[in-house]
Amino acid sequence: MNLDGNAAAGVLREVFTEEMTTSECRCESCHRLSALGQLLMYGGAMGVVLRCPSCTAIVLRVTSARRGWFVEMRGVIHVTQAGPVADS
Amino acid sequence: MASSIPWRTGEVKEVVWETPRVKSIMLAVPGWPGHLAGQHVDLRLTAENGYQAQRSYSLATPPEQQGIALAVERLRDGEVSTFLTDELRPGDQLELRGPLGGYFTWEVKQGGPLALVSGGSGVVPFMAMIRHRAARASDVPVDLLCSWRTLEDIIFRDELARLAERTDGFRLSHAITRSASPLPPGVYGRRIDRAMLLESLPRPEAKPLVYVCGPTPMVESVANLLVSVGHPPERVKTERFGATGGAS
Repeated sequence: MNLDGNAAAGVLREVFTEEMTTSECRCESCHRLSALGQLLMYGGAMGVVLRCPSCTAIVLRVTSARRGWFVEMRGVIHVTQAGPVADS
Repeated sequence: MASSIPWRTGEVKEVVWETPRVKSIMLAVPGWPGHLAGQHVDLRLTAENGYQAQRSYSLATPPEQQGIALAVERLRDGEVSTFLTDELRPGDQLELRGPLGGYFTWEVKQGGPLALVSGGSGVVPFMAMIRHRAARASDVPVDLLCSWRTLEDIIFRDELARLAERTDGFRLSHAITRSASPLPPGVYGRRIDRAMLLESLPRPEAKPLVYVCGPTPMVESVANLLVSVGHPPERVKTERFGATGGAS
């Protein structure tokens, strides 16, 4: 079972030192643009895996290691800081 | 924006059973920077042997109110929720960080209409939004559809009913999924379905901002139904809660 990327707000904030759930990322696999808060989050004690809500490819992986965070972003083309995805 | 998100210590001011399984926990948090309706906190418990468990809880209080409140559902065998509901007393201290998450938030100035759908304690972030709307005397149309197992499980029941009685644009519907006894008029006695979404929420033509919060299976099912009745997927924001795949 998964949650939303929004549930990873605390971890993302720690890693990127900014509120990230409203930032958007483009999936390397299917090119869909999603807010980080919109990604599918699979998490546990060790860290989180964020997947694309469209093609479910792994976009971002954050693992907690003894000396800090290990962040893998192979699945993302770019991340852009955006305002809330509220009204358009 | 601040560059770090410190762990803070909150002091429990009050604990109240809202239902037989849900407790509200009111906290004073020195240095609290303020928050938006819909945001959450990470809460961290540390055992004497150093073992730590962390959970996220939505804030039930609007930005206008002093202090913060969480509503915690007691999960059977929940290692964090049972402590919070059974052991916590006024004067106790809790370690938390927040506010977190800008994605699932709403401010009066964003306008509406709003379509809110909750399952169980998924109503908590919506309570913050509705209280925020009331505190600002806003007339943005808000429709809230809440799904519960039984009537006894309804959290914030009286306050929601009072706000709905004002007829200022806030419309409330309850769906009860497992009741054996007769239900009051106006309460749906079934799971959320297409007809219910069309009846109790603004039509897709009204271009509502749609928020769904609840346990993962409920959110998946409702989000799919919302899209099937014509709400564009990008206007449907979801917040799932529950156990995740890994150890927790």
